[in-house]
Amino acid sequence: MRPTSARLLNVLVPVKRCVDYAVKIRVNPDQKGIDLSVKHSMNPFDEIAVEEAVRLRGKLKDAVKSIKVLTVGPPKAAETLRTALAMGADSGIHVELPETAPSPEPLSIAKLIKASIEKQKEPIDLVIMGKQAIDDDAGQTGQMLAGLLGWSQATFASKVEVDETNKVALVTREIDGGLQEVRCKLPLVVTTDLRLNEPRYASLPNIMKAKKKPIEKFQPSDLGVDVTPILETIKITEPPKRIGGTKVESVDELVAKLKAAGITAV
Amino acid sequence: MLSAVARRRVLARAPVWRASSSLLRQRWASTTVSLNLNSVTEADLAHFSSFLAPSSILSTLSPSNTPADELTAFNNDWMGKYKGKSTMVLKPRTTEEVSRIVKYCNEKRIGIVPQGGNTGLVGGSVPVRDELILSLSNLNKIRSFDPVSGILVADAGCILQSLVDYLAPHNHIMPIDLGAKGSCHIGGNVSTNAGGLRLLRYGSLHGAVLGLEVVMPDGTILNQLSTLRKDNTGYDLKQLFIGAEGTLGVVTGVSILTPVMPAATNAVVLALPSFDQVIPLYKIVKRDMGEILSAFEYMDRNAYTLSVKHGQGKALSEEETEGAQYFVLIETSGGNKEHDEEKLSNLLEKVMDPDTGLVTSGVLAQSPTQFESLWAIREGIPEAVGKAGKAYKYDVSIPVSKFKEIVDKTREHLQSKGLLREDAVKEVVSYGHFGDGNIHLNIAAAAYTPEITAALEPFVFELVASYNGSVSAEHGIGYAKTSALGYSKDQTSIELMKKIKKLFDPNGIMNPWKVLPH
Repeated sequence: MRPTSARLLNVLVPVKRCVDYAVKIRVNPDQKGIDLSVKHSMNPFDEIAVEEAVRLRGKLKDAVKSIKVLTVGPPKAAETLRTALAMGADSGIHVELPETAPSPEPLSIAKLIKASIEKQKEPIDLVIMGKQAIDDDAGQTGQMLAGLLGWSQATFASKVEVDETNKVALVTREIDGGLQEVRCKLPLVVTTDLRLNEPRYASLPNIMKAKKKPIEKFQPSDLGVDVTPILETIKITEPPKRIGGTKVESVDELVAKLKAAGITAV
Repeated sequence: MLSAVARRRVLARAPVWRASSSLLRQRWASTTVSLNLNSVTEADLAHFSSFLAPSSILSTLSPSNTPADELTAFNNDWMGKYKGKSTMVLKPRTTEEVSRIVKYCNEKRIGIVPQGGNTGLVGGSVPVRDELILSLSNLNKIRSFDPVSGILVADAGCILQSLVDYLAPHNHIMPIDLGAKGSCHIGGNVSTNAGGLRLLRYGSLHGAVLGLEVVMPDGTILNQLSTLRKDNTGYDLKQLFIGAEGTLGVVTGVSILTPVMPAATNAVVLALPSFDQVIPLYKIVKRDMGEILSAFEYMDRNAYTLSVKHGQGKALSEEETEGAQYFVLIETSGGNKEHDEEKLSNLLEKVMDPDTGLVTSGVLAQSPTQFESLWAIREGIPEAVGKAGKAYKYDVSIPVSKFKEIVDKTREHLQSKGLLREDAVKEVVSYGHFGDGNIHLNIAAAAYTPEITAALEPFVFELVASYNGSVSAEHGIGYAKTSALGYSKDQTSIELMKKIKKLFDPNGIMNPWKVLPH
């Protein structure tokens, strides 16, 4: 028997736990990394992705069957999943790495997300994720994921409209010089840009409910993915410090300083 | 309706109050009592120029000839309510320079207004007439910090936020925090005994300040910049200067005890259906949060709506705020993240229980950015009120059980005078430091008019007196409330204050016409 109604949508939102946006970054003395003993929170672009998924459900109602959130990271990353669950996601997937493991690269993440999608009982129709993470600013994972899966991709989205009956999405992309509208067939990878939406605070009733929502745990080996880094960070430095200017007391002083700096009249 | 005590106070002050109640008090007019002070002259300018750097002098007099509009920021207060007519702003760079200026002014009987960030809300930091403005902005160096004791010694002109930024890498925080932190000076904070958002947890400046360096009205430098936590040797003179609003001397240096930065902080905003839930909620929070409670702030629906309307912070969703008449912001600060979260989680489960009916909903900050945003809603209310119109501010201490009543009665009173309309009183909002018993009643008016002023004063002061409250919980008296002092302090107290003023400042040059009634 052919199914009479369109299959309901399953949405996956990968999220990343990063150093918080407001923290002042300090480079380690060995110049190979940054001080990570600071406040962490969900990547702001991923917050926007979670918000978009929740709003999609608000618009399409029951047509959105599930919103799953996924993260790859140490045990603490589970907090980030809880935040996403508190925003309205249904369940979480935690691909756990050891505390001391090096930060996984975009290609590894893309492979892990692909493997997780393939492990799901029901097919995923839509992946919404941040366009980049604010710690490495790589901006590659979404595109690599779409490539590995062979799916459509619509990156830097500032507006997403989903037609669940026809399995098509209309996405407005932010590009240099303006906006571009693309029509994409599902399944689709969307990466979010800043103007897509403003994420909600996690409400208390939802925070309470989130505690009871399920989180599946996997190891990278369960998913058959090798997360050994293939890139080596050679050096990390801070940008050159700005030296303050000085105020001069008079025009004569200004002229004297200009002359001393070797600037002469043309 | 007034208690006997309040009635006595009201009658004692009434004659002086009536004379000064008109709007003209806001401008230097003949109603202000003369104090035998001299105006600044070109000869004085010449004298100051002989020992101050040119960039330390702003004067419309010759030969400086600074355009008058460059002095406006110094002459006008933050609310745009009080406008001075000073012809000279001096910005000394050292305590020595401050001393020389003050000594000279004392000899020449020139009135001085010490000025910090000029963020005061009672017209205390701007001239009433053409007094000389002594800005502490250039006295802005941090002198020392001891990371073991947490004792910070800084020049009075240091901006509070810059001290916060300095302390952060050392893992310490300032014991006070207020919305004006980006502009206010620590010297001003001390001179006004600023309260702020952390008083609940870290106490007042009367406790946190360990020592002061003050230039007395005759120019003498009083160096009591102690860095000792305990020192019981003689009368504690610094307590007189803390909160004296610049009328007893100029604070030039501050030694202050700074707390360790909490390892874990959380912010929660709770939506309550009505005022009846606020006090029971507060009792539970105080008990269950115990030592980790660092703030319990309060806003009524109108204050919240006004703040988010003017973009002060990101709003909660419609679902969360539906039907809520009051909002409470709770902050916790503790040493252990998991421990604090567990305490908070248990509290929230308890108060969210539909059987208790205390809280309809709320939000918990999930990141430092959200933490800042929730606080911004509360901290941004004064600015939002200022955008809505001209602000009448009543910062009062009254029993918390009267927090709703004072607003309702004021609103009813304005309604009875026919003043609740778009072209008169646009907004009546209340918010404040619930945990400290301090409410800010704000009225946004289309314009400052004698009619609105007459409707509000002394009505609000009398209400406060009837509750045995303070007419100025933390803003101070400044110029705005000299006539209201009698509502919260008796004649004996006021007479003693006048004697102390006469002792310290016989020529009356220090911030004249401020604090004490004339």
